[in-house]
Amino acid sequence: MTWSVISQAFALVFDPYVLWIILASSLFGLFVGAVPGLTATMATALLVPVTFFIPPVPAVAAIVTCTAMAIFAGDIPGALLRIPGTPASAAYTDEAYAMTKKGQAEIALGAGLVFSAIGGLFGTAVLIAFAPVLAEVALKFSSFEYFWLVVLGLSGAVFIGASSRLKAVTSLMLGLLISAVGLDNPGAHPRFTFGNAELTGGVSMIPVMVGMFAVSEILRYVTSIHPPPKFAAEKIGNVFKGMWELTKKYKVQLIRGSAIGTAIGIQPGAGADIASWITYASSKRFSKEPEKFGTGHVEGIVESGAANNSALAGAWVPALVFGIPGDSITAIAIGVLYLKNMNPGPTLFINNPQHIYAIFLVFIIANIIMIPLGWAAIKVAKNVLRAPQNLLMPVILLFCAVGSFAINNTVFGVLLILVFGLFSFVLEENGFPTAPAILGVVLGGMLEENFITSMIKSDGDPLAFFTRPIAGSLAAATFVILGWPLLARLWRTLRH
Amino acid sequence: MKLNDAVFGALFLALSLLVLWTIQGYPKIPGQNVGPAAFPGIAASVLALCSLLLIVQGVRSRAGTPWFQRGEWTSRPPQLIAFAVTLGGLLLYVLASDRIGFIATGIVMLGSLMLALRVRWPMALIVSVVSTVVIHVAFYKGLRVPLPWGVLPVLY
Repeated sequence: MTWSVISQAFALVFDPYVLWIILASSLFGLFVGAVPGLTATMATALLVPVTFFIPPVPAVAAIVTCTAMAIFAGDIPGALLRIPGTPASAAYTDEAYAMTKKGQAEIALGAGLVFSAIGGLFGTAVLIAFAPVLAEVALKFSSFEYFWLVVLGLSGAVFIGASSRLKAVTSLMLGLLISAVGLDNPGAHPRFTFGNAELTGGVSMIPVMVGMFAVSEILRYVTSIHPPPKFAAEKIGNVFKGMWELTKKYKVQLIRGSAIGTAIGIQPGAGADIASWITYASSKRFSKEPEKFGTGHVEGIVESGAANNSALAGAWVPALVFGIPGDSITAIAIGVLYLKNMNPGPTLFINNPQHIYAIFLVFIIANIIMIPLGWAAIKVAKNVLRAPQNLLMPVILLFCAVGSFAINNTVFGVLLILVFGLFSFVLEENGFPTAPAILGVVLGGMLEENFITSMIKSDGDPLAFFTRPIAGSLAAATFVILGWPLLARLWRTLRH
Repeated sequence: MKLNDAVFGALFLALSLLVLWTIQGYPKIPGQNVGPAAFPGIAASVLALCSLLLIVQGVRSRAGTPWFQRGEWTSRPPQLIAFAVTLGGLLLYVLASDRIGFIATGIVMLGSLMLALRVRWPMALIVSVVSTVVIHVAFYKGLRVPLPWGVLPVLY
């Protein structure tokens, strides 16, 4: 049975059309990741309208490869221009740039490339090992467990990495209210539709994401007052030279970075960005030579370069098993899975295991072809970085418009990207994080459905949410995360 | 453009009260004590609570942060114009693309935004026309999206 499934998966992936899509989305991801101001999340959001028109496996393959490449490529402008190409490279941008100034650009970029690939493969191995096991457990879950899982995921989004928790909760609630629009609710009552026929179907997720991640980014670009950056690098030498020595020297850092990265990826709500900040800090903390950090020292790049790519794969564990996104990229990917009738959840593992194995395969392929393609990207980096952004951004804007038009063939989608782009731009300017809002939009429906189902099953008794053992433990975990700031303060007072 | 937290608090409080008022009329599921009003009701209540806290936080910090503060970019005409042209382009697409067609809309959107971003006009013209036509062919021919021709005759 397993072998036939695996051979089916091979047949699905090693199809010329799928391989072509993988190659095209790799190049797209490398380009978007390397251009400062275009994030990996934006790359995914821009891909979604295109995936709308292709079959499920290549659609998911496109997203997986594109994001893996984009997260690596974000290191390139970090090292050469001191501007992270994606937020996931921000943690070690100064370090990489310092290395470039010391004439070690090839080591900084080579470490970024090689250890990104290794980290990505590590995360993939964890995904392959744990997702099917977790799926078996998830089969026993009822609406109570799912309710708590969603709440746990949402509280993670609010409490991990947010600078203001109050603003993060506010943003989350706005997202939940957006998800409540339309007919799709327990009473099939048209909520907040203002008599508009387009709104009865709910606010479509794709335009919301394109608006919040792409249009808002364009608005940020056109309003930025900083002059274009100058180049630091001379010639870039052989990026693979000395990588084997680095692997041997920093094997502990490599494993620690990959493991922490994967764990952070699995934790719903936190992804590659946070993984790279945390592991850069852990690398410095445990280093034998912490004084070298910040002066152009490769150790931190090894650890957090591996971490941000392993987080990508880790984020797919809850996404595939429970339908709960591990970060904003998988939030978009889940939207695509639903569109493609590959509804994530344990039943996907039973009914369509060949699709799951195909996704695993794509992860492995993506992280392997990252090495030659990344090498080529570094070679042409100077030209990519010179891509004139004042020509590029308008074209992306038109692409966003036509992409969101294409979902239902109405201009309502374009209106949505306008509204949500502006909404997200204003909120971010004022310190409201937008990731909780997007998670709220994606998970709102699931949260409501499981909440209402549970309430009906228990005849309105809220205690039933705590009496089943797994539900109770998940509830406890949620309260620990929610109460963490208080607990930490209590602990500090008790110690003194 | 920065607003004091209290301003956001007030706006979101108004929104949550509006939601709470709207859901009053929602029906219940027969025989149950929950219905379509429950979920937005909870979300709006939490939002109302957050809004009140935002108002408190904003009022406390008002010495340091004024009610309204123009960001650096809002006092620079080029940035303001580019911002307006970006939003205007999308609005044009919503309002006019059906009548004047995708190609005309696209060229106006791209060309005006490029000029606002200080691309020289011959370059802006060439890139707008070429990329609009490429996107049109890709979506109209490749993905079979019925993009309107508008004022132009059907060319392909």
